[in-house]
Amino acid sequence: MTDRIQQNILEEVADLRTVPEGAYNIRANGQMAGRNSTANIRISTKTGANGIDIHIQPGTRNESVHIPVVISESGIEETVYNDFYIGADSDVVIVAGCGIHNGGDLDSRHDGLHRFYVGKNARVKYVEKHYGEGDGRGKRVMNPGTEIYMEEGSSMEMEMVQIKGVDSTCRKTTARLAAGAALVVRERLLTHGSQEAVSDYVVSLDGEDASADVVSRSVAKDDSYQKFDSQIVGNARCTGHTECDAIIMGNARILAVPQLEANNIDAALIHEAAIGKIAGEQIIKLMTLGLTEEEAEAQIVSGFLK
Amino acid sequence: MLTLENVSFEVHDDKGQKEIIKHINLTVDDHRFVVITGPNGGGKSTLAKLIAGIEQPGEGKIWFDGVDITHKSITERANLGISFAFQQPVRFKGIQVLDLIRLAAKKNLTPVEACQYLSEVGLCARDYINREVNASLSGGELKRIEIATVLARATKMSVFDEPEAGIDLWSFQNLIQVFEHMRQVTDGSILIISHQERILNIADEIVVIADGQITAQGPREEVLPTLLGTPSAVDACEKFSRGGVRA
Repeated sequence: MTDRIQQNILEEVADLRTVPEGAYNIRANGQMAGRNSTANIRISTKTGANGIDIHIQPGTRNESVHIPVVISESGIEETVYNDFYIGADSDVVIVAGCGIHNGGDLDSRHDGLHRFYVGKNARVKYVEKHYGEGDGRGKRVMNPGTEIYMEEGSSMEMEMVQIKGVDSTCRKTTARLAAGAALVVRERLLTHGSQEAVSDYVVSLDGEDASADVVSRSVAKDDSYQKFDSQIVGNARCTGHTECDAIIMGNARILAVPQLEANNIDAALIHEAAIGKIAGEQIIKLMTLGLTEEEAEAQIVSGFLK
Repeated sequence: MLTLENVSFEVHDDKGQKEIIKHINLTVDDHRFVVITGPNGGGKSTLAKLIAGIEQPGEGKIWFDGVDITHKSITERANLGISFAFQQPVRFKGIQVLDLIRLAAKKNLTPVEACQYLSEVGLCARDYINREVNASLSGGELKRIEIATVLARATKMSVFDEPEAGIDLWSFQNLIQVFEHMRQVTDGSILIISHQERILNIADEIVVIADGQITAQGPREEVLPTLLGTPSAVDACEKFSRGGVRA
């Protein structure tokens, strides 16, 4: 099905060592490399566009969907549309993720555009990891776009991880929440070299008692650049919180733009942003435990991004 | 054995040079419990940092078990067997108590093994092991975790810089018990910077530092009586000591 480079990437982005249990769709170098639907989760090829539709039956519980993407040939550029229809009262885990191995001189790019329609009282845990490797001069580029529509009482927890290897990424996420819906986003990002990463969130809290918590923890090393632009709009009685916490190293640059917009007297919104270098005393403390300065720095970074 | 030989340290500020430590000679023998006391600003904390390698002396030599460590880094000294507990413990976002204790022990301790060190410092381990070492912990909790990291290292020499500073009275009473216990069970030498009479009370030896110099040094029985009633040997709280607010 897949070669060793692809297997390695599958492990990195989806913790997959073998074929996953439950529903899955593996995309390798622009082609379907494996698919499985279950009684409750149907995956079908889109008509008229590149991508898949994932239909999850109402009431589906404790099932998972894996949809990893692997690119190991240099020069592949693709835009893929995946739509998730998550039935009411279901409780599922969705593991996406994209890994690019670029050993050539041509740029490789995967733009994954995901739409989530989360039904009433459904619960979704979504994990998306980005990973890049390969020593070619071609860039590894990923531009994920995510649209989320949450019905009454639904909840979604998103874990977005990009640790190293991706040269350029622009992530745009929009969400609209109906009454009682809850969205939690945990983003972890590490950039190095001359990488650029932009994260852009617009979360609209449209229904009574909707809530959102969008938190990014990031480390920018070397000459890399990061922009975190997170906007929460309160259109009803609701609670929203967004936070950007970043460690800056070397000649990196970070721009944090948390924004709040309250269009209702009962919208309670909070934002926090902090950017700073590693504190000298943190390094000293770990050195008194016997770590070298470099080891101390690595521990602090990996702890921060855990 | 730790030996400081004619050690001096000075800082340079706008007004010129200021000597913080002036030609100090000090030996801490193996298996000893030594308390350094003296007035604030006298150079005690600087001395502790010179031993740990956080500051470098301008003059003199520091020996540890026959090795000249004067120019060795913090890391090298730590690996030779010197531990240091900060007066103000450092916070780390994301690093959990378990991670820190594992780093200290240099072993991938199981949570149960790591919990033993927390229990020794009076923390209910289950509640703390997965907590982040961040601003959500109180000063007293951080202090105990700091001490637990030193216990986990189990080195030949442990230096504690004012363990009582910045913690509440209630935590302090428990902390004293931690040191009393350590006094009984430890194999290595312990050097504590402290003004507290109850810590001075369990010392083998007391060293008084004022104005960057050793002004008194000797067995507790000799030195402590000369300090009682001075700021170098204070009660945690007079009322507390009389039992007035003991709960």
